[in-house]
Amino acid sequence: MEAEVKDQLVSIEKPELIAPPNWEPVIMGILCNWCSYAGSDLTGTSRIQYPPNIRIIRVPCSSRVDPWFLIKSLQTTADGVLVSGCHPGDCHYISGNYFARRRFLVTKKLLNFVGFHENRIQFSWVSAAEGPKFAKVVNKVTEDIKKLGPLHLYKKENFEKK
Amino acid sequence: MARVGVFVCFCGANIADYVDVPQVVEEVKRIKEVKFATEYKYMCSDPGQGMIRDAIIQYKLTSIVVAACSPRMHEKTFRKALSDAGMNPYLLEVANIREHSSWVHQKDKKAATNKAMDLCRMAVAKSIANEQLHEISVPVTKRALVIGGGIAGIQAALDIADARIPVVLVEKSPSIGGKMAQLDETFPTLDCAQCILTPKMVDVASHPYIELIPYAEVLELQGFVGNYKVKIKKKASYVNFKTCTGCGACWQKCPVKVPNEYNMGIDKRKAIYTPFPQAVPNKPVIDAENCTMLTKGKCGICKKVCLPGAIDYEMQDEIIEREIGAVVVATGYDMWDPTPYEEYGVGRFKDIITSLEFERMVSANGPTNGVPQRPSDGKVPKNVVFIKCVGSRDEAKGIEYCSKICCMYTTKHTILLHHKVHDSHAYVFYMDIRAAGKGYEEFVKKAQVDTGTTYLRGRVSKIYKKGDKLMVRGEDAQIGQVVEVEADLVVLATAVSAPKDNPELARLLGISYDKYGYLSEAHPKLRPVETAKAGIFLAGCTQAPKDIPETVSQASACAAKVCGLFSGDTMKKDPMVSTINNEYCSGCQNCVKVCPYGAIITDEVPVGHGIKDLRTVAKINEGVCQGCGSCVAICRSMAITLAGFTDPQIINEIVSI
Repeated sequence: MEAEVKDQLVSIEKPELIAPPNWEPVIMGILCNWCSYAGSDLTGTSRIQYPPNIRIIRVPCSSRVDPWFLIKSLQTTADGVLVSGCHPGDCHYISGNYFARRRFLVTKKLLNFVGFHENRIQFSWVSAAEGPKFAKVVNKVTEDIKKLGPLHLYKKENFEKK
Repeated sequence: MARVGVFVCFCGANIADYVDVPQVVEEVKRIKEVKFATEYKYMCSDPGQGMIRDAIIQYKLTSIVVAACSPRMHEKTFRKALSDAGMNPYLLEVANIREHSSWVHQKDKKAATNKAMDLCRMAVAKSIANEQLHEISVPVTKRALVIGGGIAGIQAALDIADARIPVVLVEKSPSIGGKMAQLDETFPTLDCAQCILTPKMVDVASHPYIELIPYAEVLELQGFVGNYKVKIKKKASYVNFKTCTGCGACWQKCPVKVPNEYNMGIDKRKAIYTPFPQAVPNKPVIDAENCTMLTKGKCGICKKVCLPGAIDYEMQDEIIEREIGAVVVATGYDMWDPTPYEEYGVGRFKDIITSLEFERMVSANGPTNGVPQRPSDGKVPKNVVFIKCVGSRDEAKGIEYCSKICCMYTTKHTILLHHKVHDSHAYVFYMDIRAAGKGYEEFVKKAQVDTGTTYLRGRVSKIYKKGDKLMVRGEDAQIGQVVEVEADLVVLATAVSAPKDNPELARLLGISYDKYGYLSEAHPKLRPVETAKAGIFLAGCTQAPKDIPETVSQASACAAKVCGLFSGDTMKKDPMVSTINNEYCSGCQNCVKVCPYGAIITDEVPVGHGIKDLRTVAKINEGVCQGCGSCVAICRSMAITLAGFTDPQIINEIVSI
């Protein structure tokens, strides 16, 4: 069963859609207030530089993140999404990030199933003390999305035109 | 239509050097909801806040965006500026263009400016969906629960009660006093522990604002800060405390002898007993496991000799319920069991004892009347070896941390030994002498001179028996040689470990604990007495190993926190909590399962449309809700809204760039 599903999980994104010159991806970063948002603030106060592609949304907890937000982001403005929360076991709200973790696992599989490349949706755990780690995560996500090129699949305007 | 005002901050040069602020202002002015946009050097300064206040009135703004530093920094400042202008403070949004743009994209001004514009657009879009929110008022039950009647619990209870706030003090054992009641003298002043502790114990028993519930355990805690309900199990003592006069006839006549916990099992107590002569309350209890009347139905002597007729073999455990507003947890510590140190012969050699056993021996009210004795033959020891860090700072066999008090109490023990046995000689094997504290280093220095103790820096590798003596082989790292010391008695300075019941208690209270079992504070430096759960505080060794002065300080700090919490009749609470729309709620109860605080319960409401039946819906207690939003994301009917982070707000942010 597992293997069967895996076979189907092939991105239908077409890599031949070459990015226009000077194209920069937009990444929607949804961060929990207590760990990852504080961590990203620390990246700032430590003046650690990272690519300017990420746009950050603050939520109280990673468990507040509805899969709808990820889908909406990919449908409208973003080429990729990063969701980040407290490390498992360190959730400010005791157990929120465990629910988030399970929910995202399913969401990722679903989005992958309908054709998105798995690197379009990424998750990480960044604590309030991990400024350098946040920069590292953003670097990696930006690199991954740049390799994938602009997201055309299921963009709302594609459907509206028809 | 929304009227948004945008205020972009230079933050001196912090933002202005890397982001083109005037361009950002021009760009946001093009958003149709933005009716006013401006820039200023320091928005957080008084003139900056004044600009916000003036613009709100002049342009009749309906929401405000401040593009400046992180909201974690100045959100409160700007909210206050809104309040001052008569606007609801929750109509503010902060665009974080410093930590998230100017400081992290210093090499690319154009990209940083673009990003700042996007962040402003997102904040504007979110602010349009912002709603007026009002702080929640929650009534407060002004009564505190203190769990644990050691010195931490006693101090916290007395301090709270002295502020005329009722306290319920729950103690597991038959008497309060805790570990401190077992000590002989205390460092660094060599005060007699009993002399300074027992007056406090008596104060607790006689205080009009303290309800002392000894021989009891906390079973359940429900509710939220200011409004907890606690269930306490009062174990059956089989003695009616109201009629018992504490005369002691019962335990003198009781024929059953069991090891005495108070004296670390060195002598025996009876099956009906008071833990120690100064116990508070000074009433005996029957140890149900060992009493032959309760186990086999034979004996009944205590009942016969009790003139007031206080003995009641039929007594049952009693459940006591109290409404309380705050909890102080002061469950203390356990002594670490040194059994893993097989090379020391722990358990094989009788003359190896732990420091608390030694403490009981040198104690004037102890089993040996204050003179140390070898457990094997009862002789007074002349050469005593003290081994420090048994369990502490030992990743292989014990625990990684430093137990903090062993250096000091071992120093005290060398003095006590010298006082009780004048011709004795003490040897101390140590790794470091950690004597940080007021008067501590002086105490150690003075003890070394006065007692002539031999300090050997190094670990002990083996203890073996030679005749009736123990040979302690260890390393003296300072001369780089193996040394052997002939000892009559070996005292192990065993580590302090977390109470073994702590994890269970933590689950019951809904607070967290660390890998050792110590209860976790909200912030290690800035909130050391609070837990992550509002209204629950920590005092003493239950949080980490501590000496008595620190424990007392922390207990008093807890009392100050409790008094602060109870200073008004109601408490203010952040309004960013979830609410349920009953019309949409399908009653699936997924939210009930994910809520980490148990804030959601089910309720029955009429179906409506002329149908008289009831249907189940979820109901959120806004006093308990901490605003994580787990329930919002899991709700399939989209019936739940988290104020401040509503779906429209977040979707607006997503689609705005």
